[in-house]
This record gives sequence, C-alpha cells and structure tokens, in this order.
Amino acid sequence: MSERASVPKEAEETESETEQEPVTTGAQSVIRALENAGTDYVFGVQGGAIMPVYDALYDSDINHVTMAHEQGASHAADAYGIVTGDPGVCFATSGPGATNLVTGIADANMDSDPVIALTGQVPTEFVGNDAFQETDTVGITQPITKESYFAADSDTVGDDVSEAFALADAGRQGPTLVDLPKDVTQGETEVEPGRPETPETYEVPEEADDEDVQEAVEALAEADRPVILSGGGVIKANASSALREFAKEYEIPVITTMPGIGSFPEDHELSLEWAGMHGTGYANMAISNTDCMLAIGTRFDDRLTGGVDSFAPDAEVIHVDIDPAEISKNVYADYPLIGDARNVLRQLFDAMPRAPDADEWRDQCQTWKDEYPMDYDTPDDEPLKPQYVVEQFSEMTPDDTIVCTGVGQHQMWASQFWEYTEPRTWVSSHGLGTMGYGVPAAIGAKLAAPDQEVVCFDGDGSFLMTVQGLSVAVREQLDITYVVLNNEAVGMVRQWQDGFYEGRRMASEYPWIPQFDKLAEAFGARGFTLESYDNVEETIQEARDYDGPSVIDAHIDPGENVFPMVPSGGDNGLFALNEDQLDMI
Amino acid sequence: MPGPAPDERMRPKGRRNTQGIRVDPEAEVTHEPRQAVLSALVKHRPGVLSEVSALFSRRQFNIESLTVGPTVDDDTARMTILIEEPEPGIDQAKKQLRKLVPVVSVRELEGEAVRRELALVKVSGEKPDDVNAVADMYDGQAVDASTDSVTVEITGSKQKIDAAIEAFKQFDVQEIVRTGAAALERGPKTLEKDV
Ligand SMILES: Cc1ncc(C[n+]2csc(CCOP(=O)(O)OP(=O)(O)O)c2C)c(N)n1
Repeated sequence: MSERASVPKEAEETESETEQEPVTTGAQSVIRALENAGTDYVFGVQGGAIMPVYDALYDSDINHVTMAHEQGASHAADAYGIVTGDPGVCFATSGPGATNLVTGIADANMDSDPVIALTGQVPTEFVGNDAFQETDTVGITQPITKESYFAADSDTVGDDVSEAFALADAGRQGPTLVDLPKDVTQGETEVEPGRPETPETYEVPEEADDEDVQEAVEALAEADRPVILSGGGVIKANASSALREFAKEYEIPVITTMPGIGSFPEDHELSLEWAGMHGTGYANMAISNTDCMLAIGTRFDDRLTGGVDSFAPDAEVIHVDIDPAEISKNVYADYPLIGDARNVLRQLFDAMPRAPDADEWRDQCQTWKDEYPMDYDTPDDEPLKPQYVVEQFSEMTPDDTIVCTGVGQHQMWASQFWEYTEPRTWVSSHGLGTMGYGVPAAIGAKLAAPDQEVVCFDGDGSFLMTVQGLSVAVREQLDITYVVLNNEAVGMVRQWQDGFYEGRRMASEYPWIPQFDKLAEAFGARGFTLESYDNVEETIQEARDYDGPSVIDAHIDPGENVFPMVPSGGDNGLFALNEDQLDMI
Repeated sequence: MPGPAPDERMRPKGRRNTQGIRVDPEAEVTHEPRQAVLSALVKHRPGVLSEVSALFSRRQFNIESLTVGPTVDDDTARMTILIEEPEPGIDQAKKQLRKLVPVVSVRELEGEAVRRELALVKVSGEKPDDVNAVADMYDGQAVDASTDSVTVEITGSKQKIDAAIEAFKQFDVQEIVRTGAAALERGPKTLEKDV
C-alpha cells in the first residue's frame, strides 16, 4: 500500500468542508469525491457524455490536462501513479473515448499501477439500445480492472468514485473504472460522497504470519547460494529502503525484476541488476543456480522466468506478496508470506537468526559479473550505438532522473545501460508491453515530479504511435527530453525475424519514417539530430538545457540487437550473448 | 559480449515441472485433474454472474457447471461451481474468485457434500405408461403431458441424471434442460464469511 493519505486527515477534512459549496448534482459529487481523495491532476479528453463532469470540474482546483488521445490519458495517469504512488486519474467520454482508454487500463492492470478511469456513458434510459456513442464499458473493462462500477444513481455516484479511488490504491494496486451515465451526473443530489473506503469484501493482508516468517528465515539462513529477487511490488509498497537494509545487513545478493528496477541501487556491490529475457548475464546465472530465493512483490512473469521448468530449479522459494492469488500461480512457493512487502521485510529482518554463510557464493556472483559485463562494440567508424547514447545520458544526469520508455529494443537498452539507484525513476510498460507508452507516460511523470528531470527513450515505431502527445507537452511547457533511438524499424520484431524467422523481415522495416527533429519543431518543441559519436554529449546537454520539450532524433546503427537474450520459454542460465549462440541453445 | 558460452556454464541439478513445482529430476510428474465443487457467496447485484464466468473463461479453468440463486439474505446470492482441474488450478480458481470485489466468501465443499441437479426431459408422448415406468426407476415424475409429448422431472446426482437421460433415449428425446449442480455441505456447517 502506498503512503498516500487516501483518507484525508480529520483536520483537513473539516477545514475543506467549511470552504466547499454543497454539491447539487451527481457530477459535482464525482468531483468532490476526487477532491476529498486528494486528486491534483486529471488527464482526459472532452465529449458529450462526460460533459457534465467537466462542467463540474470548471469550479474545482483540480488541474485538468487535455490530452491529444485518450490512450495518452490513461498512460499519463498510469505514469503519474507510478511516480507518486497515488492513483492517477483519467477521464474519457462514452463509446470511442472509453475504448481509447482501454489499452492504458489494461497496461495498468498488468503492472499493478493505480489508475482511476472515469468514463461518460449514454443516459440510463438509452443504455443497451445501441445509442449514439454507446459501448458496454463495464463489460469491456471488467477483465482488466480490479473492479468496474456502473454508477446507477446521482445520490450514490460520489460514493462509487470514492470507493473506486480507495480500491485502486488498496493492497495490490491496480486500475478501477466508474462508468457515469449522463443523466446520473446531470441529476440533482445533495448527497456528499463519503470518505474513500474499500468495499467491505476487499481484505488487505498487512503482516505475514509470524510462524511462517520464522520457517522462512530459517531456510534462508541455511542457504549456501541465497538471492533476493525484488519485484515491482517492493517499489509499490515503499519497501525499497527496508529491502536495502535487509540485503546489506545479511549480505544477500539482490536481483530485481524489470518492474523492480530502482528498488535496489544498481551501483551497490550486492546488486546483480535485473534478470529475465534481456537481463544481465550475472543475474540470470544467479537465478539459475541459487538454492534459496527470497522473492518479494513479483508475479513470476514469463519474461522473467523463461520456462518455469528450468527456473531456479535448485531453489526453495520464499514468496512475499500482498496478493494471495500470486502465490504458487506460476512458480511454487515453499514458504508463502502474504502481506505488505514493507511490513514483511521488517518481520524478516527481526526474525533472521544470522546471515547465511555465503562468501563463496558472493565470490561466484562477482566472477559472473566480471565474465559477463554489460558492454557493446564501439569502433569509431561504426554508426552510433544506442547503448552509448543511453550510457552518456545516464552519466550526465542526477540520480533521481526519471526514465520513461516505449516498447522494443530501445526499452531494453534504456533498462540495461542506464544506472538506476532510486525507486520510482523507471517508468515503463512491462506486462502489456505497450508501444506508444513513452510519449504520454513522460507527460504524466513530469507533472507528478516537476522538480525531477524526465527523459523518454523511445523507438521510432513506438514514438509514432503517440507522437500527437507532443502537442500536450508543448502546451504545458513540460521540460522533457525525448530521445528517439531511430533504427528505421520496429527493431525488436526485426531482431526476432532475424533470429527465429530466417531473416524474413516482413513489415518490420520503416524506411519511410518522418524526420523527427522537424516533426518536433512543427509541434513547437525543440528538435535535434544525432548521427555520430562526435556530438552526443553536446546535443544531450543542449536538449536538457532547453526549457521545454525537446526531441533528439538519434540515428543509431540499424544492425544493433539486444543481448544477452533468453529465448522465449528458455532456460535463464543458457542466455545467448550474440546471434550465433541463439543456435546453440 | 564475452563470457563462457552456454555449454560451458555452471548448471543447476534441479528441475521443476510445467506448473513450477520442484520435482525429482529423474521422475515424470504430472498432476491429474480432479473434480472440485466450489461454493461462493456473492453480492446480489447486476453483472456478478458475468464477472465470475468471465474470470473462468479468461483463466481457462475447465468449468463443468455453474449455478446461481438467492439465499436467505436478499443481498447475497450463492453460486455453485463445478470445475475439473489439476490441484494447482483448483487452488488458483479459489484464490482468483476470492479476489473479485463482489465475492464475499469461497469454499471448496468436501467430497461428501449434498449435490443435486435438476433435469427436465421432454420425450414423445406415444407410450406414456412406459415413460412413467422409466421415470419411476429414477424417482422422477411427469410434470406435463400432451398427446404428443411427456415432460419428466428428475433430480439427483449428475450420474443419476446421465443414466436417466440414457434410458429415456428409447422414447425419442425431444428436448433436455439441466441446471448444473447445486450443493451444500453436510452437517451444521454453513458458508459464511471467513470460514
Ligand atoms: C501496441 C503494440 N503493437 C505491437 C507490438 C509488438 N512489438 C513489440 S516490440 C515492437 C518493435 C518496436 O519498435 P520501435 O518502437 O521502433 O522500437 P525498437 O525495437 O526499434 O527499439 C513491436 C512492433 C507492441 N508491443 N505493442
């Protein structure tokens, strides 16, 4: 659970109550519910069915950010939720507005990001009649939310929103949706929404059972080859500092999952960085050979595990998760600990009898680090390597710089070659792998953390999918640096075609893409081009210095591929270091 | 990138099966499916049935039958769900069900739970006496008759109903409707919150 005060403090509440005008419509009650929950920003697009809600927003102090596309609204809200820990809110009208939100909601659901979507709906009397701009939004979104509400009554609509807000934030975070028929929001009511509370049937486990904790620590202390696997849940539970204390005290090497990037500092000697399909060789060697894994806040996604039959096959697994349904879903847990990661880490810290005797194992991990360094070829005459651009940028920026990405090779390079040390600085689409995530996510991230530097590494394909979001960044004068790692291809697909489809590059090469620097200028942003090693630092610096959105169109070596690689369903320990090794495994 | 090639690396000895359970590296291990009766109390409100059935289809749980009806409490409905899955699947089904917001509680009923299903079978009305005789054999009774058809009601276990339907085939079965199982735990236990 985040540290956000989902229930306003008593004092604040009474204070604000005296200031506020009483509500007179359902729409005002909706906005009041958001205000009560502490909403600062809403990302959305206007439309017929949502208009009453916007009208009520007119009188509110909540900031509205008009997006260029509703997909961007849901991604911006998602990124806002990742960076702040508080739910991000997005609005859309009925029908096409609501369906455009769907990708972002599904994305939030896969990554357990707190998002609240409020959608307009045709008036209740038309629902089910295929009225203009009607879709069954609740039906469409039910499988991709924690809960989708259909607001049926002006008197209760505020409570629906309050509950949706609390639910998005409670326990394992995730998206919720409230569908708002126009007559319900227009309807008269004097009912103020109640405090944000989760539904009575929703139980959030807080602490793990003490006996279970005891058994788990005994197993961990006995281990010869222990590792900690830290997932995105550690960040969401604000447990990064508890993790750091635990790992350092008991000297256990830490691997993160990709969503867990930033939960443990990558420059620490115990860090093996992240494991999985394109994770580091040393993380994957350690995953493969560990005999006891303390996995926290991870759902053992297949991009992490490869084939589960070969995943950490020697390891006893201690699995800490707030969601009981994650226990033994993909990988069997010998020691399930259900509870909030921060609390459970405390419990583990206190119960641990001694540090595991693992000097040899740590040496082994260090050997793997030396054997499989993350590097790439940089002969001067070669076209620019994307890894170099990422690495340089990383070196030039403060630790708390937030990195957003699209999906593809550039996303992998941004995760591999940037050094992450702080939680909530890595904003990416993991479970759904949504191309087009980057442009709007950077907008949400910048508004969530105006004092932190924000950079978005995007691919030319991903960038084109949501490039219209640049207009929003320009209008809001957001100081974001977009770096398009331009390989004139949907490179990740091309890499797979070369590796697994005999180089038949069907529909993966994009030699017709626009000049992104000029496109940026057309939107009113600053545009830069990078073509060689000569001016990388200089260009990055100029773009960073520009006070507003800038786009660096970096023409990178189109032949560059992402390694190491564990092929889909493969064995983590058998990662390939180059194309040739793909044939060996 | 440097470093030892895949075949030169340190390798673990262990193995898991496809369900992620550590197993003897030498043995072949699979989990056989079994039948489970899940009983769930849910909030009685629109959309609950679709939420539950969508969960089962999305997660590819092999569902045999699902019935739903009111309980003593007007705000609560009770669902009986029969699934056939290997053990980890049954466990997942329970946990995923529990996660749904309108679900109040979920329990797997024990093997000896009282389980009943209802079927209505419409057969040709040419030999009403013979139809009645077969119905008697299965404790069924004719609930509607016309010159052309007889409709018989049968309640009981799935096996009993399967057998009755088999027997009725001799009379040219015209239509069948079955409810799927409804089930309750034997003895004084009831399904309440936190059991
Ligand atoms: C919306 C969407 N459509 C298709 C895909 C499939 N896909 C995954 S990676 C990828 C390539 C991305 O290309 P680009 O954004 O140019 O990045 P690159 O891999 O070249 O760095 C594609 C097409 C996806 N992940 N998302």
